[in-house]
Amino acid sequence: MVPAAAPSQGRQRVARSPRSRPDRAQTVIGYVFSSGYGILLLVFGVLPMIYALFLAFTKAGKFVGFANFIKVFGDFRFGPAVQHVAMFVAIWVASLIVLVVLLALIVHAVRVRWLSATTRFLFYIPGALAGSASVMLWLFLLDPSVSPVATLLKQFGSTSFVQTVAQDNLPFIFTVIAFWTGAGGWIIIMYGALNNISSDIMEAARIDGAGPIKTAMYIQIPLLRKWIAYMGVMSLAAGSQLFVEPKILSLASRGVVPKDYSLNQLAYLVAFGPQGDFNSSAAISILLLVVAMGLAAFFVFRGGLFDRD
Amino acid sequence: MTATKTVVDRTGFAPGRWVGRLLAGAIIIFFTLFFVVPIAWLLLAPTKSSNQLNGLNGEQPFSFGSFDQLAENWNALVGFQHGVIWTWLGNSVLYSGGALVITLLVTVPAGYALAMTHFRFRRTLLVLTLMVMLIPNTALVLPIFLELSVVKLVGSPLAVILPFSFFPFGVYLAYIYFSTSISRDLLDAARIDGAGEFRVFSRIALPLATPVIALVGFFNFVTNWNNYFLPFVMEPGSTRMPVQVGLAELISNVPLFNPTTVASITISLPQLALATLISVAPVLVIFLFSQRFLVSGLTAGGTKE
Repeated sequence: MVPAAAPSQGRQRVARSPRSRPDRAQTVIGYVFSSGYGILLLVFGVLPMIYALFLAFTKAGKFVGFANFIKVFGDFRFGPAVQHVAMFVAIWVASLIVLVVLLALIVHAVRVRWLSATTRFLFYIPGALAGSASVMLWLFLLDPSVSPVATLLKQFGSTSFVQTVAQDNLPFIFTVIAFWTGAGGWIIIMYGALNNISSDIMEAARIDGAGPIKTAMYIQIPLLRKWIAYMGVMSLAAGSQLFVEPKILSLASRGVVPKDYSLNQLAYLVAFGPQGDFNSSAAISILLLVVAMGLAAFFVFRGGLFDRD
Repeated sequence: MTATKTVVDRTGFAPGRWVGRLLAGAIIIFFTLFFVVPIAWLLLAPTKSSNQLNGLNGEQPFSFGSFDQLAENWNALVGFQHGVIWTWLGNSVLYSGGALVITLLVTVPAGYALAMTHFRFRRTLLVLTLMVMLIPNTALVLPIFLELSVVKLVGSPLAVILPFSFFPFGVYLAYIYFSTSISRDLLDAARIDGAGEFRVFSRIALPLATPVIALVGFFNFVTNWNNYFLPFVMEPGSTRMPVQVGLAELISNVPLFNPTTVASITISLPQLALATLISVAPVLVIFLFSQRFLVSGLTAGGTKE
């Protein structure tokens, strides 16, 4: 709407400060200071990927091409696991985007300072239980015999824990758990991004007679696009890694929730189960890594969120 | 795009807006309850006996049991397998605490180096950091396990502490902080005064970086304390697991979830709720103390699932 500020014709290169003389001492400190992290990055970032790649394409040290992958695709548990994860990710990412944006907009519109701050904090607290603790808590909440919302559960037709965690309900249950623990952090991030929208723009919209809904639709949400995309990509990547939720529900339901429900569980079972097949396990890990890295690369190179350097 | 429309009378009665406000209020109340009710329930559950928790005598879900019952549950939990919960908590402290120390020692200087100095692999390091930072940490668990099992490190505390100390997100935070909030001129002035490079970092840059050090420490500790998958894979055996893994282990001792359990000493549901609460207590306390900075929105970009 507003013409961009005077386009800079040909980058002006201001003579750099005297500091730019090749300073050996600074270069040395650069190497020394980054070396510790560099080693960790190599050992726990790069090397594991290379080693997993090596394992995925070999068997007993011999190169076997895609044989491990073909074996994994042929595994009767692989197809259902992909379906389960895809189903969960679809429901989770869609509901996360809609609800987080909606809640952030409403919280941001609250004019009373302490009320807005308290609400944000209350939304964020469940994040302290991320991991197995939140799943444990939801075990109770999903069990009609002890749940404080038992009447609600009974309305959905479940009178026992095993009924609640029936296969068809699982993507929704995992979505609720993940939303309960993770949404607060995202709401705060969106809130921060909303704060960064200049008050001039908001004021202009108000003078033009735009109500809160129009302002949200035509100004706030378009300006949040980058953050929404970031949240979508990160949640997509994280969701595909589903492990702890089905793992604990499986323990608690004595197998009603299968122990090979998600891809990461399957990769774990293939390596640690009776098969003891590290090569196939690595193949599954590589598939999951490719998805995660593809999403990350897309964001680093196309997203422009990290244009700092 | 100028104000050609009639200006809305903001003081007048606008029924549409009131309906909107009511709706927004209802949504906020609903979700506040959604986020808070489970926590409130978790705080109350350990004060009850199993029968009270089941509401057999008509107890309300949000009633308070008694302190005696809380003490009884506490004693039963602490007595379970000769206080194994203390072992688990100790392991959690060792793993997350050790990682916190290494992370701060390694991450903050790395962020400084990336932001303030020039060296050959700087750009490569930066791009790799961004990439790995965006990969969910669960994606690397099995590859790291496969790697560490080659060097026979699985089962040692280092198998958890070292991967926990690799924290690219922290490096990114430190890098952004040093490159935007610390003036190079200030550092140059110290250099002119004759300070060596290390002195410039430790006496000038580091004291100014306290906020980002706190931020990196916070995220690192909270993420690691709650991590389940990595220690689950790396530390088999009841004496080496951290409390998050131990918590899941308790389930198999709850008769309700596992009627086949033959152990004579079992865990009741209120005791399980108490264990859940204890397992996250340190993080909850940190959250309460960091309340101000958590809600400020300064942490934008701060969470990584």
